[in-house]
Amino acid sequence: MLITCPYCGPRDVIEFTYQGDANRERPNPASQNLDAWNAYVYDRLNPAGDHNEFWQHSGGCRSHLKVVRNTLTHEISSVAFARGDHASTSRRKAEGKS
Amino acid sequence: MAEYSAFSLLANALKGNKDWKPAWRKPDPKASYDVIIIGGGGHGLATAYYLAKEHGITNVAVLEKGWLGSGNVGRNTTAVRSNYLLPANTRFYEHSMKLWENLSHDLNYNVMFSQRGCLNLAHTPAQFDDYARRGNAMRHLGVDAELMTPAEIKRLIPALDVSDAARFPVLGGLMQRRAGTARHDAVAWGYARGADRRGVDIVENCEVTGFLRDGDRITGVTTSRGDIRAKKVAVAVAGSTGRVMQLAGVETMPIESHVLQAFVTESLKPFIDTVVTFGMGHFYMSQSDKGGLVYGGDIDGYNSYAQRGNLPVVDEVMSEMLALFPGLARVRMLRSWGGVCDMSMDGSPIITTGPLPGMYLNCGWCYGGFKATPASGWCFAWTIAKDQPHEFNAPFTLDRFHRGLVIDDKGQGANPRLH
Repeated sequence: MLITCPYCGPRDVIEFTYQGDANRERPNPASQNLDAWNAYVYDRLNPAGDHNEFWQHSGGCRSHLKVVRNTLTHEISSVAFARGDHASTSRRKAEGKS
Repeated sequence: MAEYSAFSLLANALKGNKDWKPAWRKPDPKASYDVIIIGGGGHGLATAYYLAKEHGITNVAVLEKGWLGSGNVGRNTTAVRSNYLLPANTRFYEHSMKLWENLSHDLNYNVMFSQRGCLNLAHTPAQFDDYARRGNAMRHLGVDAELMTPAEIKRLIPALDVSDAARFPVLGGLMQRRAGTARHDAVAWGYARGADRRGVDIVENCEVTGFLRDGDRITGVTTSRGDIRAKKVAVAVAGSTGRVMQLAGVETMPIESHVLQAFVTESLKPFIDTVVTFGMGHFYMSQSDKGGLVYGGDIDGYNSYAQRGNLPVVDEVMSEMLALFPGLARVRMLRSWGGVCDMSMDGSPIITTGPLPGMYLNCGWCYGGFKATPASGWCFAWTIAKDQPHEFNAPFTLDRFHRGLVIDDKGQGANPRLH
């Protein structure tokens, strides 16, 4: 499995660390809504198909990435920086290069 | 039900083995049942068997998407053990062990249960202390456990280097002698035959595509072979739990599906006659009755329904195997396969009524479902028949996460990929 890091290009999955489900929304730290905290900690969508997930390029540039990967085929359709304000996808970068 | 005996084997052998009956019928599904069990794996079949045997509920259908043995029951590494730390787990898995010990007799089917022992190796003083603690916890609850010294381990596994020169020196180990292995296919076939002979319909190639409802209540299922109604619908689909529960409108569960790979080598002469686990990583190995070394390691560690893994974990498992047994470096790997595990958030299973009225749920086996097969079916059948859990599965509820009552044997909390 290859993941195309927006900085480093396509790299083997061994350079990356899985950081889990990216669909969850962390409640405000001051929130005392126990249901929201429980849902954040324990509940998962677990789809068979495209899944939003966080990976870190821990063996490379160390960027935190948001990846859309198909859980049935391992096909990766999008890689972006996890932080919203750096939202350039690898696909866009690849297009810019060519 | 006793069709298999020394006499019947001999009589059929003399007649060219032409008169055996099929182990189970191939019935068409009826319009309705008392209980539908979704999932014809080990747990679903065991549930059907114990519903019929222990509770007299025989108007039951087991619906299997593929064919019996095509899912996790045919994709595991066949190890059976009850060496847990926490009381809820120890009681449950020890109940399973006791059922295993009588299973071939009970089913009149040789499941080749072999109590060859399971040895956890310790490589650090802290790990050895931890195993001593676990062994004491097990013995408090009546489960056998013994600490072994390197010299005793050397006698048990001559191929293992227990000297100080080893890559990861062995300081000792925790042995459960009553643990061992069983023939996984035979477990599925034996339960299927036992349930079938008691009147349960086992319907293969029947995929559940949705649920029938009356208000909130589940009243049956829609399948690729038509609608089937039932008073009670039980779900035992292991790695597919997320998908099937989404069909019922339950969008989120405290579960992630991950793939676990396992491997078998070419057949060797007798090499190891126990199950051994490596304490410096996650590696376990036993030798099958055919001679192949059967072994595995960690899950791949990211969500997957693929039933196939990726190479980095193959690499990892092989390195751990060679760290333990350098002499296996030239042995050829015959096959590898991947099973989809429903990893729960605390590493323990869920056997419960609900979450919807009319529904019963059995899931979250992580990668330890095979050894639990008898007790899982036994407890799930009790729960379905009586609409309440047996004391063995009472702690394994779905809402334990929200109530703060997690059963976290490994202490790795809400990170399924770490269990």
